[in-house]
Amino acid sequence: MSDQRVGDNSGGLPQILLVGNPNVGKSVLFNALTGTYTTVSNYPGTSVEVSRGTCEIDGRRFEVLDTPGMYALMPITEEERVAREILLDETAHLVLHVVDARNLERMLPMTLQLVEAGLPVALVVNILDEAERIGMQINLELLQEKLGIPVIGTAIARKRGVKELRSVIADYVDKRTACFGYAADLERDIEKVVATLEGEYRIKPRAVALLLLQKDEDLLRIVQESEGDRFGHIMATLNEVTFARRSDLHLRINLERKRVCRGLLQGVISEEQGRRPPFAERLSAWTMNPVSGGALLLIVLYFGFYKFVGGFGAGTVVDFLEGTIFEGHLNPWMISHADQYIPWYWLHELLVGEYGILTLAIRYAVALVMPIVGAFFIAFSIIEDTGYFPRLAMLVDRIFKRIGLNGRAVIPLVLGFGCDTMATMVTRTLETVRERILATVLLALAIPCSAQLGVILGLLAEVPGALLIWSSVLMGVFMLVGLLAARLVPGERPMFYMEIPPLRLPQPRNVLVKTLTRMQWYFFEIFPLFVIASVLLWAGKMTGGLDYLVRGMNPVMRLLGLPPEASAAFIFGFFRRDFGAAGLYDLQSNGLLTAVQLTVAAVTLTLFVPCVAQFLVMRKERGWRVSLGIFTVVTALAFSVGFILNRLLLTSGVLS
Amino acid sequence: MRLPENAEEILEALWIATVEKGDNAAPFDVLKTSADDAALAELVRLSYVEIKGERVYLRQEGRHEAMMTVRRHRLAERLMMDILDIKGRQGDEKACEFEHLLHQGVDTKICTLLNHPETCPHGRPIPPGECCERARHSGEVGVVALTELKAGECGEIAYFSTTDMKKMQKLMSMGVLPGCELLLTRSYPSFIFKVGHSEFAVDDELAREIFIRKS
Repeated sequence: MSDQRVGDNSGGLPQILLVGNPNVGKSVLFNALTGTYTTVSNYPGTSVEVSRGTCEIDGRRFEVLDTPGMYALMPITEEERVAREILLDETAHLVLHVVDARNLERMLPMTLQLVEAGLPVALVVNILDEAERIGMQINLELLQEKLGIPVIGTAIARKRGVKELRSVIADYVDKRTACFGYAADLERDIEKVVATLEGEYRIKPRAVALLLLQKDEDLLRIVQESEGDRFGHIMATLNEVTFARRSDLHLRINLERKRVCRGLLQGVISEEQGRRPPFAERLSAWTMNPVSGGALLLIVLYFGFYKFVGGFGAGTVVDFLEGTIFEGHLNPWMISHADQYIPWYWLHELLVGEYGILTLAIRYAVALVMPIVGAFFIAFSIIEDTGYFPRLAMLVDRIFKRIGLNGRAVIPLVLGFGCDTMATMVTRTLETVRERILATVLLALAIPCSAQLGVILGLLAEVPGALLIWSSVLMGVFMLVGLLAARLVPGERPMFYMEIPPLRLPQPRNVLVKTLTRMQWYFFEIFPLFVIASVLLWAGKMTGGLDYLVRGMNPVMRLLGLPPEASAAFIFGFFRRDFGAAGLYDLQSNGLLTAVQLTVAAVTLTLFVPCVAQFLVMRKERGWRVSLGIFTVVTALAFSVGFILNRLLLTSGVLS
Repeated sequence: MRLPENAEEILEALWIATVEKGDNAAPFDVLKTSADDAALAELVRLSYVEIKGERVYLRQEGRHEAMMTVRRHRLAERLMMDILDIKGRQGDEKACEFEHLLHQGVDTKICTLLNHPETCPHGRPIPPGECCERARHSGEVGVVALTELKAGECGEIAYFSTTDMKKMQKLMSMGVLPGCELLLTRSYPSFIFKVGHSEFAVDDELAREIFIRKS
């Protein structure tokens, strides 16, 4: 529709587009066709990014595109807009509309829309195995005959139907004959609008007319551009038709499509009643009950995060990698070699010095951060794959409404405990700009990422009571800022609606793919930054700039009641949040901090400015103005809270 | 016989204070009246209420009239908000003026038009009138908001009431359309319902706009 193409060009390969609702297995199908990895997700809207890959069938190569989930050809969310643009921009060899067999009736209207638009469509009825398990029988031959397009039944997760699908792709010849008739009065309206259109469109005039009758804003703009002076006449016709019907045409058209689909499915689906396995249903009900759901959440948090991420990831694995491998063997070995072979002081320092690339950057990245973040991503991916998150979203919706968000925002916020940078990127799945800004603020301020969390929890665990103070202050700031921001940031009130996918056992392959994709992203994003940070710190040390900066921070540290050495931790914090936390760790192990100082430092550092990477993503997603604003507010808040907390702790005598 | 408008207002406030809030009587200031109020004197004359000191008691004789006044007020509110789409403060004000017109069977007609609603837009109960009892007896199926359904009840989606269609488009494109059979499985903390084999969650605000023909 626009001139801008999505991504680079395909090198002339015929294209296959995968479209459909979220949670119908598009990404799994993409993997099955191309053999490459993408994120497979249960949370509606996580696959915002478009994946491209190639596949070869009978010696012919095709390019495969996986589009974000969409519910209808008329977009509402950002992702749907992207999906539609791809759909209408690319000249596809074949569009595969993937649907969930269990919900065929609900999803078939989009097939109609795709066919109406004049696209070369084939219908992939996926998750057939589950449908059969609950006693559904679908006569696919009959459906194919009625629809006039190829229909393939699959259970991609179980590799069923992939071969048939590949042969359909290879043999597909565009016939585009099917046309679905609506009620006579609606047909007359469509004709009236079609008659006014003269411009060139990528989709059939009939589809354009239908979208116009539904007041599709993007399309109105496009029509305005291509019709020029005639646009006024078109609008007049549209308004006349809308008024003549005196009803909402969007609803009308949807109902007509539904009627047509019922007719198409007559004799196609037969259902046996009451064969649903009861346990998944019962468990699902428990997750949504506030009492048992709350208990389940605590269990998930305790075992998934506290035990697995905190205990295993941040404890066992870190101890082994950091303590045994790096401190015990690698670092001494590297340093002794450097002492022997590198006579130049600057290079020696750069590689194995205090801020050396090998001794600091790689040690932090590999031994400290990777195990924690990795463990978090594993836990997150497992939980995500079960379909638990939409249930959590529905549980917390009421609370989140108070801080100006809706239940959906729970996903980016939980992900923030893994990596705030990635979470900031995921906030784009929220529907309104206001919600995205609010979520970004909360992520920047009050959500510590897993690496930081791991180190801070370890630190505070040694001081009784500190953990409690730290977490209550953070919770307090989170709620307070949320409540305030919800009042101050203008925009419409959020609304919550969500499809709740069935609970299922996590599939190891999905979990692995998701974890690996996230780890890979994290590593590409984090590793260069670690090295850059280390080089900058080294340069700072060599030139004395670092001392200067540290001295500049000293008055601030004094205000917070912290020793001057803590400045370094805060400056590290600029580069990565966990760098800062790890800096504190060093201070603590050298016995430089009292209990009060430790708590104040931990709170301030947690609240303090997001790391460089997060700031860059903030700027990319929200723009300079908003991100700088957030940056300033967060910094000011972090130090004020630290200042007040220090005073409070000292006056009250708690912890000292 | 018609009561003056301000007498109706007093009865209404008295009903809310005594029957709904459980007090045995209401002081003058709650009823926004005083000892020398003519309207109050009229109510005493009809022996609808009784005054002891500074407090006004609702008598058995006045109960029915008070209940009907409250009913007319809340029906007027429903009419304003659901049908005429006058919401917020303006809706409340207009409802206050409108309620006094709902006499001589007009209330029955409005009640039937609104399909015998059980609560006002603020969630307070609308006392049932004869028409509601008759409808209940003859087993008329009512159309109610999703918020009125109890968990485990099912029905068919009758219509979406909102004028902001953008809100409903998402539900519609997800396949939740008038004519669909719906089963409500939870109503707290969010409304969870099933359509076909899929489950959906919506918040109060959205649930209030989805109307269900109970089955």
